Amino acid sequence: MRTLTAIYLATLVAAAISGPVSAQAAELDTYVQSLRKVQPEGVGHREASYAWGQLVEQADAESLPTILAGMDGAGPLAENWLRAAVDAVAEKQVQKTGKLPIDRLEKFLAHTNHNPKARRLAYEWIARVDKDAPERLIPGMLDDPSLELRREAVARLVTAAESSAKANDNDQSKATYREALVAARDLDQVKAITEALSALNAPVDLQHHYGFVVDWQLIGPFDNRGGKGFNAIYPPEEQIDLATSYEGSAGSVSWQQHHTDHEYGEVNLNKALGKHMGVAGYAMAVFESDREQPVELRIGSENANKVWLNGEKLSEAEAYHANSAIDQYVGRGTLKKGKNVILVKICQDEQTVDWAQNWVFQLRVCDSTGKAVLAKDRGPANPKPKKAEATASADAN
Amino acid sequence: MEHSLVIHRMIAFATLLVVCAVAVSSMRAEDWPQFRGAHSNSVARGKQPPSEWSDAEGKNIAWKVKLPGKGPSSPIVVGGKVIVTASSGINQDRLHVLCFDIADGHQLWERQFWATGRTLSHPSSANAAPTPASDGQLIFAFYSSNDLACLDLDGNLKWFRGLAHDYPAAGNDVGMSSSPVVVGDVLVAQVECQGDSFGTGIDTLTGEPRWKVARPREASWASPVGMSGNTGIVLLQSPKRLSAHRITDGQQVWDYAIACDAISSPTSVGDTVFVASKGLTALKPGNEPEPETLWNAQNLQPGAASTIVDGERLYIINRAGVLNCATTADGKPTWRVRLEGEFWGTPVIVGDKMYAFNKAGKGLVVAIAADGSKGELAGGGQLDGEIQSSPAVANGAIYIRSDAHLWKIAAE
Repeated sequence: MRTLTAIYLATLVAAAISGPVSAQAAELDTYVQSLRKVQPEGVGHREASYAWGQLVEQADAESLPTILAGMDGAGPLAENWLRAAVDAVAEKQVQKTGKLPIDRLEKFLAHTNHNPKARRLAYEWIARVDKDAPERLIPGMLDDPSLELRREAVARLVTAAESSAKANDNDQSKATYREALVAARDLDQVKAITEALSALNAPVDLQHHYGFVVDWQLIGPFDNRGGKGFNAIYPPEEQIDLATSYEGSAGSVSWQQHHTDHEYGEVNLNKALGKHMGVAGYAMAVFESDREQPVELRIGSENANKVWLNGEKLSEAEAYHANSAIDQYVGRGTLKKGKNVILVKICQDEQTVDWAQNWVFQLRVCDSTGKAVLAKDRGPANPKPKKAEATASADAN
Repeated sequence: MEHSLVIHRMIAFATLLVVCAVAVSSMRAEDWPQFRGAHSNSVARGKQPPSEWSDAEGKNIAWKVKLPGKGPSSPIVVGGKVIVTASSGINQDRLHVLCFDIADGHQLWERQFWATGRTLSHPSSANAAPTPASDGQLIFAFYSSNDLACLDLDGNLKWFRGLAHDYPAAGNDVGMSSSPVVVGDVLVAQVECQGDSFGTGIDTLTGEPRWKVARPREASWASPVGMSGNTGIVLLQSPKRLSAHRITDGQQVWDYAIACDAISSPTSVGDTVFVASKGLTALKPGNEPEPETLWNAQNLQPGAASTIVDGERLYIINRAGVLNCATTADGKPTWRVRLEGEFWGTPVIVGDKMYAFNKAGKGLVVAIAADGSKGELAGGGQLDGEIQSSPAVANGAIYIRSDAHLWKIAAE
């Protein structure tokens, strides 16, 4: 955040010392600053609303990089105020002249330390007036901090891999798919690539690719009748002692080791701890990190859940059976060097309808772009061929 | 410069206040400014739209434009412009507000925003599920992620709120679809879910909160409705109750504490409120903390579509796709017509015809006898796409959208 703010200030200083437009640049900055100051609950709206109108009226297309740079270090609300200003200024200019200052926008885009959303926005306006821009710019964005730009670069590789496969060059196709897989972050692209690789007899270990935690210690059930267990503090939240038994909601409970083979790391507590309703269960994993590093713990569950890292609560969601997805809830924390403790609480309610019977979760550790962060002691990827392929292979032998 | 800036700001803000005061009374008769129209009863007056159309042949299709994203949200019509929202992106986190010229469908402007709240929803829904609302001068675009943008009719941003940014536990991963409503100079949004659950009154001019009331922590997709007759009351429906609140401060004035539908919204006409509860129930609010129950009809259970009330008759489509007509006085059924398919949007009545669109994109026109004694299928047409939105009607034209297109259906 501080780095991005510094980049914005540097951009502003550069604009201010550039000559005759400096006075205007300073005034525009006053407006940009007003937009950056918006806060929740409508705080700062009155000033921002005035500033937005002035900014859009006074700014020309040459000012677009300055407004875009205003997003560096800005909060999500301010990003939207600034985005609307960029769009209004660019739209006005394109309607009038059909042109934008491509060179200046490309320079902004090339600076990967700028806000990824602002860079994507700059790209979209470039591409709108320069039809050659995608061909020129996207291939170099395979590892871009903007996931939307990265997605387009991955898509190009997938197309190339498909062409190689059609030309019966399977080795080239596999190599290209693998390059795409390393860069891919969006689930649909990862799925499509892994399916294609699998068809080429090059299966992918998805657990490893995503960084799903697959080895857990589980304990439960504890009481969650009436939803009261969500905020109840049961022993695992106070101390983790794998040798101790506790009184649960259905008798004595003790920690038990669990490994999931599910390709997306799903842990089915109904199977592991037994089918119960109105209960809470805990899952604990030790994660050894080779260094201190910021990470995201991303959980997917249709049950109410909480996630802690080394005793610090990173996320919680008290919702039951209202959809689930990989990466549904994101908690941000820092791994310390050495052993770290991940603790998850999963609560099941008492609904009797068919669609409310699952008691399940999946959790992965990754960086802010979604790239897996793997434990130091985790083994290498272990791709398993699909059953049909395994049979075919066995038959061949 | 700072001093002059402050003066400029004060002048601008004062000007805006005057503009807003004018805006309150600036709704045009032909506008369709919000979900289910100006009076939230799905009835339009004036010129009759055509009874037949064909997307494939272009028959009575005045124009058709492509949309950049999905959305069960419905179009609105304000000041000769059609406004529609959409959402796109692999995570449905790109929010669009689009404005089209009513005459030829050319796009006048587009604004985009990034979602600040949760964007997950059932695959059949999308982030752009709530229908935008307008006071005639300003547009309020709301999304399932609880992002709320206010723009003028030329696309100038007036303010942007992230209600889930303000209250991070607000969100429903099935998707939320409650459409906001403007009552006087207050925009009312209902955010009812298992997390932070509330109704809020927001100053239309500044986006600042006027009030916020806690709501049951349970998912609801119903929309707030302003009570008819300029009462300054807004109705908030939840799965367990329907309550009425003063628009000035959110204070509850009455409460009907009986289970209501979670999707179909209430309808307020005259001094009666029709709510999907125990089938369909008619309430007459008075000065008591509970409204008087006039009648309930268990055989009139609306599906997802809301109740339509036109004069002495009301209409509901049940989950089996059967259109039921009943009298508003006592809920007594008068006739039924089996429609075809599944209905998520609420039909519209114009004159003696009802226009309904099923999920498969088929439009059905039902002719209603002048004496209300019967209704029969009398036309319609197929559109290419899945439709979950409700039609908007203005000046004899129907505006309807799918996940991919927006159509204007009007006589050639």
